Amino acid sequence: MTDPAPPLVRFEGVCKRFGETVAVDGVSLDIAKGEFFALLGPSGCGKTSLMRMLAGFEAPDTGRILLDGIDIAGLPPHLRPVHMMFQSYALFPHLNVARNIAFGLRRQRMPQAAIASRVEEMLALVRLEGLGGRRPDQLSGGQKQRVALARAIAPKPSILLLDEPMAALDRKLREETQLELMALQRRLGMTFMIVTHDQDEAMVVADRMAVMRAGRIEQVGAPREIYDHPANAYVAGFIGETNLLSEGDRWRAVRPEAMTLSTRPQEGARAGTIAEIAYFGDRTRYVVAAQNARLVVSRANVGAPLALSVGDAVWVSHAADAGALVSP
Amino acid sequence: MRRTWAVILAPYLWLVLFFAVPMALIAKLSLSHTVLAMPPYAPRLDLSHGLDGISAFLGGLSGATYARLTQDRLYISAYLSSLGFAGVATAILLLIGYPIAYGMSRFGAGARQALLLGVILPFWTSFLIRIYAWIAILKPAGLLNQGLALLHLPPLQLLNTDAAVIIGLVYAYLPFMILPLYAVLEKQDESLIEAAQDLGCTPLTAFWRVTFPLSLPGLAAGALLCFIPMVGEFVIPDLLGGSKTLMLGRTIWTEFFADRDWPAASAVALALLATLIVPIALFQRQQAKVLS
Ligand SMILES: Nc1ncnc2c1ncn2[C@@H]1O[C@H](COP(=O)(O)OP(=O)(O)OP(=O)(O)O)[C@@H](O)[C@H]1O
Ligand SMILES: [Mg+2]
Repeated sequence: MTDPAPPLVRFEGVCKRFGETVAVDGVSLDIAKGEFFALLGPSGCGKTSLMRMLAGFEAPDTGRILLDGIDIAGLPPHLRPVHMMFQSYALFPHLNVARNIAFGLRRQRMPQAAIASRVEEMLALVRLEGLGGRRPDQLSGGQKQRVALARAIAPKPSILLLDEPMAALDRKLREETQLELMALQRRLGMTFMIVTHDQDEAMVVADRMAVMRAGRIEQVGAPREIYDHPANAYVAGFIGETNLLSEGDRWRAVRPEAMTLSTRPQEGARAGTIAEIAYFGDRTRYVVAAQNARLVVSRANVGAPLALSVGDAVWVSHAADAGALVSP
Repeated sequence: MRRTWAVILAPYLWLVLFFAVPMALIAKLSLSHTVLAMPPYAPRLDLSHGLDGISAFLGGLSGATYARLTQDRLYISAYLSSLGFAGVATAILLLIGYPIAYGMSRFGAGARQALLLGVILPFWTSFLIRIYAWIAILKPAGLLNQGLALLHLPPLQLLNTDAAVIIGLVYAYLPFMILPLYAVLEKQDESLIEAAQDLGCTPLTAFWRVTFPLSLPGLAAGALLCFIPMVGEFVIPDLLGGSKTLMLGRTIWTEFFADRDWPAASAVALALLATLIVPIALFQRQQAKVLS
């Protein structure tokens, strides 16, 4: 078998420390062309640092970063075909929306007329038609976010980096924006790399994602793959809720929706009492206090509801092959 | 109730006593004419003659002094040369002050505090002494020429020249240029520069496209803060300038103390103020905009 096309971006054993803190600790990672890739991890795990090294604002201490197979060490940020959408948006306050969007195009010495039509195209793309003359401080948070997006994609970068692009938006707008972002990425066929600490967001938007912990990558894969087959207990716990049940010297990670709740004793089931009931409309989440374990069970609200209340005795079970065996 | 009124009235009382009344007196003086007497001007308001006294006083006022100002070449050239000195000094201050303020804003928090202190420190010594120190530096056998001699360079005749006045102005007003510039540069968001570089700017173009335009309010504030008082500056041209150095501050002094022409001194002072109203208004608007 011949080697497929090289990945668009390749991190090879990249390390970065700031004084005593090791921000990125030996990351190797491939991102394919046209992919929507998410970097997921808790605060301070090195996501922004990894992204800033790709954009050229930080240099790796060791390791290499390849873009289209070429080592980009030493290439300053302004020469990298990589654009970043900043977490703070970083819109230029002295320029109006149209000039903000045109900023990168002007640097490429694109003719005036071409710039004007590209700006219009971008405004339409992010649904801000007619707002080209506004100043950034006359925009809402969601509008600013879309200007920042339009500004970063206008010069057609080979990869767009988005650092927590939706952190400042409220939940409803965030969900809408996630869907828009996915549609946009498909339409443009551009490679997106998004940084987030919101696992739902990563699962929704990404084709593939990397779960990071303390500067290291714990697992890379499609959201479904990671959800169903977490590599270890950390990933299982970080991506969605999970029940970690000991099985020999390893753990079986079983998702709450794979657990079955019964009001009668069952073969192989664990006995316990209901400690919490939370109703979510489409599903109900039960926390069961069992012998030396707290089990979480999620039950879709279809068919007849279970008549349960806190303190009731229940039995919790799962299929023998449910979930995944993980190392601690 | 009483007390709140007192609080509201206090600043107005202050303004009336220490601003409006002196201004009115100067305006009145500028409309008088000189006489050989003490005080050396007429008419004087004599309230003991009642209304007649007032009308005699008002009848004695005239704008003749102002007419004289516009015809006398000396006043006009003093006026223009004051604006010239202030303009040249402001331009030099911008060229020196901007890089200093920019450099300061790039340092870490600790170093920035130390540098800021360095800029403010001279204020804690007497202004007059600092200008006298410049005499010691610039005089023919002064520090500057001793240094030049060590380097086998010809000596410079600077003291009592226009160049010395510019040096003194630039020295004395530098903090007023640096501080407002530093204030805007220091709070500038670093990510804007990164965004500019990310979008294809070299560090230099990022400076011209982003840092510089965003620092214009500080630049305007610094320029006006220096230009306005420099036009009327007296001590620096008097101590460092030559006998031919023309500046309005000196003209006012000469009219008042040497020529005993109080009306002319007052009229020059008011003409100066009238000219400066435009930049002062600009400065106020600028400040209001920055504050909002
Ligand atoms: N310029 C810097 N100087 C010193 N330490 C830094 C610097 N940048 C990052 N760090 C440290 O490196 C570690 C990783 O930071 P990074 O910003 O990459 O995390 P992150 O995953 O993006 O976190 P968050 O989700 O909070 O944005 C942190 O411990 C941080 O304090
Ligand atoms: Mg971050």
